[in-house]
Amino acid sequence: MDDALPGDRIHGFHGGLKLQHHKQTACQHPVERPPLPERLFIAMRQHQGETGRTLVETGEHVLKGQALTEAGDDFIVPEHAPTSGTIEGVIDYPAAMPPGSMRRTIVLVPDGEDRPAPRQPLEDWQERRADEIVDHLHRSGLAGLGGAMFPTAAKLRGGWSGLHTLILNGAECEPWIACDEMLMRERARDVVEGGLILAHAAGARQVVIAIEDRMGLVEEKLREARSALGAERRVRIRKVFTIYPEGGERQIIQALTGREVPHDGLPQDLGVVVHNVGTAAAARDAVVEGRPLVERIVTVTGPGIADPRNLLALVGTPFAHLVEAAGGYREGVTRLVLGGPMSGTALPSDEIPVTKGSNCVLALTREETAPTQPTLPCINCGECVRVCPARLLPQTLFKLVEAENYDDAADYDLADCIECGCCAAVCPSHIPLVDFYKHGKDELTRRRLDRRRAALAKRRYEAREERLERERQARRAKRQEREEKLKRSETDAKSEIQAAIERAKRKKEGGND
Amino acid sequence: MRQVLCALVPAVVAHVWFFGYGILFQLVLAVGFALGLEAAMLKLRDRPLKPFLSDYSAVVTGVLFALCMPPLAPWWVTAVGMVFAIVIAKHLYGGLGYNLFNPAMVGFAAVIVAFPLELSHWLLPRQLSPGLPGLAETAQAILTGGLPESLNWDAVTGATPLDRLRTGVTENLAIGEIRNSPVFGDFGGLGWEWIANFYALGGLYLMWRRVISWHVPVAVIATTILVSTPLWLLGPDTNPSPMQHVFSGALVLAAFFIATDPVSGCSTPRSKLLFGAGVAVLTLAIRRWGGYPDGVAFAVLLMNMAAPLVDRLTRPRTYGHYRSRKESSHPGGD
Repeated sequence: MDDALPGDRIHGFHGGLKLQHHKQTACQHPVERPPLPERLFIAMRQHQGETGRTLVETGEHVLKGQALTEAGDDFIVPEHAPTSGTIEGVIDYPAAMPPGSMRRTIVLVPDGEDRPAPRQPLEDWQERRADEIVDHLHRSGLAGLGGAMFPTAAKLRGGWSGLHTLILNGAECEPWIACDEMLMRERARDVVEGGLILAHAAGARQVVIAIEDRMGLVEEKLREARSALGAERRVRIRKVFTIYPEGGERQIIQALTGREVPHDGLPQDLGVVVHNVGTAAAARDAVVEGRPLVERIVTVTGPGIADPRNLLALVGTPFAHLVEAAGGYREGVTRLVLGGPMSGTALPSDEIPVTKGSNCVLALTREETAPTQPTLPCINCGECVRVCPARLLPQTLFKLVEAENYDDAADYDLADCIECGCCAAVCPSHIPLVDFYKHGKDELTRRRLDRRRAALAKRRYEAREERLERERQARRAKRQEREEKLKRSETDAKSEIQAAIERAKRKKEGGND
Repeated sequence: MRQVLCALVPAVVAHVWFFGYGILFQLVLAVGFALGLEAAMLKLRDRPLKPFLSDYSAVVTGVLFALCMPPLAPWWVTAVGMVFAIVIAKHLYGGLGYNLFNPAMVGFAAVIVAFPLELSHWLLPRQLSPGLPGLAETAQAILTGGLPESLNWDAVTGATPLDRLRTGVTENLAIGEIRNSPVFGDFGGLGWEWIANFYALGGLYLMWRRVISWHVPVAVIATTILVSTPLWLLGPDTNPSPMQHVFSGALVLAAFFIATDPVSGCSTPRSKLLFGAGVAVLTLAIRRWGGYPDGVAFAVLLMNMAAPLVDRLTRPRTYGHYRSRKESSHPGGD
């Protein structure tokens, strides 16, 4: 299977866009730690999956790194105290995803001392079994730092046979976001070491670190780190073209291996697994230093920020606090976006807290957000077809969703849309295409649920009918039995009377004699 | 859309040089009717006027229609054509973006069926004409439908090269003999071939500016050559040469400006190639067997009908969807 290892060739992928990357804006300063905020809001569930049990009570004093919620199975990731302080309570607090939602959130008032709980590193990780490392990472609260916060343990576990390569994704998905680039510049060694740890945990033979071709400095740093760790043969560094959405998991795999992840499968089916470079650094912190995941680099940038920079933010820090640390807002800010300009989500308020997946806060001004031109009808020009990295027919999907023809949209693989927004960016009619696809997907999900509900209701109804029928038959059988019995007893009675009459007759006759 | 209009300017200038001022009248008439009807329909349909009038789509429809008309066609022919193009083909189907058929070609098909006589009055090029009609004469011809005393139809008009080929072949003349007629130029018709060159020039400009993709024009012209070459080699006396085919009639205009209409055409690279090939094959078939000398308009309309099917059959494979199980175990495979 060695021929399936990613080679030196970069394959590229279909479509995509060359965008102005705006990364240097935030890279003028080294990564800094902002002052402690007044309160930290730690969402109890940041990732996909379920909420862990709370381990602390209101009024309790906690130490930095102490677990706040309990680790469950691989999909219940624990949260840890980002600093020492007092638990003020557990409340419902707005969350960024899904937009407009509320989450159970632990409120922590820092005491300013930042006193750490005893650290529990995992010594001699090279000698440990993969499962031990995965368990340790899970206890340390690791979730994907790329944005989706997929539980790291769930991705590593499973003993996939034929898994040979761990891809560390350092190709930032979008313009403006620079947290991964800064991380690799400043902590290249930790990234490489973390990659080796993750590879060991996943059972992969080699690590491929994918960076963008314009990150010159980063490549140098990574090479040095690799030599320092003596891992030249196991770690490879590959430059990919800076084409959006190259940083997407499926696109980076295609660029590096030339192969596509099956639509109903996982990267592991191709023998690869992809982790973000930030996750690797966090894995190294957890294993080597025994520090759970409580902070991450957040890029605070955009035309609406006075002094854009990258900040090492504690999980739970309200975005407003980070903006303040970056010099505050400029005039005319109209929108705050979590993530990049292409596929980020608008934040309804800057009081929303940082999670493990918050890579970037982007403040846009009137200039960028003003609707430039009205939406016009689709003229079928095919520009969207040219740029779609999933090789869909965006204009056909748009027309099908617009006509509420969801079944046909599903046939045209609506579910495979990665919502990258390339189509909408090139649309000459300014149609907000992704909104239509999101709506279509929601509708398909709703229908699937409806169908399941209907099937359940039907099964229940049929079961009830069956039971009623059974009971009816039982009753009928009983009645029949009773009737027969009655009939029998009636005939018995009749024959008795008859016999009595006859006896009386005979007596009479006999008496007459 | 404005670039499309710019790209047509050289061909229009050439048209005026070879055939006089008629084309200018036709352009003004067609664009005027197109804008008027577009505005009326938008009003009736309660749609905003400004974005739809300023997108130049109606203007382009008018211009393309006018370029297909004989220079001296009377105004009512153009009016009827524009009613079919804008009212019936475009707005009754839902307006911009929803029309199944190319509006200009619907208009042209309607008038060629309805006004066969008027549509057969093609002027002879400057070199063969006793004198091209001047401005006043052109205006009179177009407004009244009749020629002034000084001219007569037989003198200034003649059968088009394609017409002549057609009748010649039915009279069992060899193509070589037919081509002895002065209406033929080096490849196609005298004058017409130069106009075709300028259409191609404009088309190349549009490709360079990425207004149109290369797929449809290349498919139309390459298919025309590929299909007609073997036939020509087999029977040069009965089958016109490939160059004759390319440079006659509206083929080049269609290849770059008409079959490239995105709304009524195909949308993926592969389906665009098939669409162009279809236009070429149908055009050749109609030229050979059909009832009209040039079949480009009907070929485009027939392919408009087929476009959704072609799109459906050439759907690209979505990322991660493999055609067979075997492929899925060794995807990529390079």
